[in-house]
Amino acid sequence: MNSLLRRRKLIQIAIFGLFRLSAAINGIALLIVVYFLVARGWRAINWTFLTQPPKEAMTEGGILPCIVGTLCLSLGAILVALPIGVASAIYLNEYARPGRLLRAIRIGINNLAGVPSVVFGLFGLAFFVVWLKMGVSILAGSLTLGVLTLPVIIGASEEALRSVPDTYREASLGLGATKWQTIYRVVMPAALPGILTGAILGISRAAGETAPIMFTAAVFYTPSLPTSVFDEIMALPYHIYVLATAGTEIEATRHLQYGTALVLIVLVFGLNLIAIIYRARLQRRM
Amino acid sequence: MEHSLKIKIKNLNFYYGDFKALHDISMDIYANQVTAFIGPSGCGKSTLLRCLNRMNDLIPISRVEGQIMLDNKNINDPSVDVVTLRRNVGMVFQKPNPFPKTIFENVAYGLRVNGIKDKAYIANQVEKSLHQAAIWDEVKDRINDSALGLSGGQQQRLCIARALAIEPEVVLMDEPASALDPIATQKIEELIHQLKKSYTIIIVTHNMQQAARVSDITAFFYLGKLIEKDDTEALFTKPKLQQTEDYITGRFG
Repeated sequence: MNSLLRRRKLIQIAIFGLFRLSAAINGIALLIVVYFLVARGWRAINWTFLTQPPKEAMTEGGILPCIVGTLCLSLGAILVALPIGVASAIYLNEYARPGRLLRAIRIGINNLAGVPSVVFGLFGLAFFVVWLKMGVSILAGSLTLGVLTLPVIIGASEEALRSVPDTYREASLGLGATKWQTIYRVVMPAALPGILTGAILGISRAAGETAPIMFTAAVFYTPSLPTSVFDEIMALPYHIYVLATAGTEIEATRHLQYGTALVLIVLVFGLNLIAIIYRARLQRRM
Repeated sequence: MEHSLKIKIKNLNFYYGDFKALHDISMDIYANQVTAFIGPSGCGKSTLLRCLNRMNDLIPISRVEGQIMLDNKNINDPSVDVVTLRRNVGMVFQKPNPFPKTIFENVAYGLRVNGIKDKAYIANQVEKSLHQAAIWDEVKDRINDSALGLSGGQQQRLCIARALAIEPEVVLMDEPASALDPIATQKIEELIHQLKKSYTIIIVTHNMQQAARVSDITAFFYLGKLIEKDDTEALFTKPKLQQTEDYITGRFG
């Protein structure tokens, strides 16, 4: 009896150890990536780097147009994807009756999530840039990235709506609220923190993508900052790609590549942080 | 004292898909009385209660046959607007379910969704309802705090205040005290006594002592059928049917 108990406890310790290790690997992987970037890129970072356009065939100067470009594209993408994504999730979770149509839509969304990002790039080129005559522009790039992030937003929003207890809906309907009032006044506020998590994931994904913007928004080099949504722009991920593969001085610009990557990561963290702080404030208010 | 007929249920059948949950229920419910539905789990008492404000509409596979006349109007008639019906037939649920909003906003909710914008009227109505639900003294100093910080018993009385704020005619209570401790239960029961002066109250309960204490009329259900309905005192002291006697004396159920 006693030895059986000891055995059970040992198994428990071993299993928990395994889980703890798995969790630790996540943290370690992130730390290694960040350490690598900081170690190799921090020397490139200075005031000029952050506030000037590139110079001398991109071996000197800064990356300001790329920072501005990525900010524009990420925010544009989320402006496109968040309203459509949340509205779709509300339809799927609150209004649609279970059936063949609903199943078909869900399969469509799941497939959309599985489409490689370069395919979105080609789609954006054919549809937004050429067919809708938007040209290579912030608008075309934002729309393409928006479509790409839609499944992420829909998935997270649906999850958030599903986790709102039905008792809230019943209480609201029982007081003579319409279905829309119930969704707008009770369900949405309760689901908002979860929806914001989806927005965070979506914006991170949009900021880091290269393939969808290389045909639709980003250019190799432009020293000027955009003045309208129809301007073409530089973007951080595409800039890294260009410096690392197509530049004239690939080896000489290594530190700039790592510096740019570091800026990209800090930018994504920053965008996430804003959303996380806002979410925490929402949750405190409940 | 004469009580006027409020709800007349005629030959009501209810189905969840192929399962028939209610069999040919007919009964009258009177205004300003407390009517209790008792019976073992799964006997259909909650289903019947939820027919009265059409909460069962939310279940896609459900189906109703027969009539429920509220003030001589069939509530399942296509001309009846379900939103208006639920505004007039309020409901208090088994588990306290306040919204994740402030205490004030919880009670004001029903007024706001029904289009009332007059701030003074809303404030007045919120205070009146909290008084009626016997919780005003406990919350008056923290009316703008989250309702989720209240105890279970306070939350349930808040939910009652929320239901009363829009002044429904009928209040449905689905085991309103089953998740509460004895002291909170006693408060709710005292409250029900007070409320019947102004409302028609129907309460579902598992607790037979509770039914005996709070109700004027008791209806006993078993396997989706109404077995016996009588004045509460008569039903508990000299039931007409053996089945009812077996249940109320604890021999089954």
